[in-house]
Amino acid sequence: MSRISRRDAVLMGASVTLYLSVADGGAALATPPEAEAEIAKFTGGKPAQDGKIAIDLPEIAENGNTIPLAITVNLPMSADSYVSDILVVADGNPNPGIAKFHLTPLSGRAEVGTRIRLAATENVIVVAKTSDGKLYSDRKQVKVTIGGCGG
Amino acid sequence: MADKPRLKLPKEAKKGDIIEIKTLVQHPMETGLRKDASGNAIPRKIINKFSATFNGAPLFSAELEPAVAANPYLQFTAKVDQGGTFRFTWVDDDGTVTTAEETIAVT
Repeated sequence: MSRISRRDAVLMGASVTLYLSVADGGAALATPPEAEAEIAKFTGGKPAQDGKIAIDLPEIAENGNTIPLAITVNLPMSADSYVSDILVVADGNPNPGIAKFHLTPLSGRAEVGTRIRLAATENVIVVAKTSDGKLYSDRKQVKVTIGGCGG
Repeated sequence: MADKPRLKLPKEAKKGDIIEIKTLVQHPMETGLRKDASGNAIPRKIINKFSATFNGAPLFSAELEPAVAANPYLQFTAKVDQGGTFRFTWVDDDGTVTTAEETIAVT
């Protein structure tokens, strides 16, 4: 039986870390087609504007199994015009969908919070739709140390 | 779902206030992606829908996917112009429906 010296073990560890960080960097670049399709279903293919959305997520999550997420859309909630739907997707999970929220003028504010699972370091994309058909979108990356979708 | 859902909202408010409502229900939110010790897939079992009404009128609802964490927690707001009853409903993949109610006094 060959023995692994301490020096070898350290080197092996370093190369694994390097490999993982390269893989993560690659995954974070473009929105994969599954997530794009989920967004297109929600928007009807129409472009969304930037801004109006505040996404509150930790920059680094040690445990991908439960990550607090809060979303605020800075738009009025009147009977004539209100934020009616909010879509949340992730671009690196086995399935892109996370949740869809439906709000009403009774909501008073466009503010929702929940806890989500992320499999790896990836982007969380939020798209908000108003009752009069305007679309807004924003995204935020979360660095995940231990993924939350596995078995 | 043996445990009662947990609700957190004020007992009273002033007319026109926007209040915060927090709900949590005990549920594993099994993703369907995990395997048990002998390698068999554990079937998906999640809360897939939540809804809230105030005095019977739709207030807020959510469609949830397996990417929502176990014991799904939801936080949202309500503008209260009169007292009344909030009613909350959770729907499980297997069709089980859990409900809870809470009243608020508005002055």
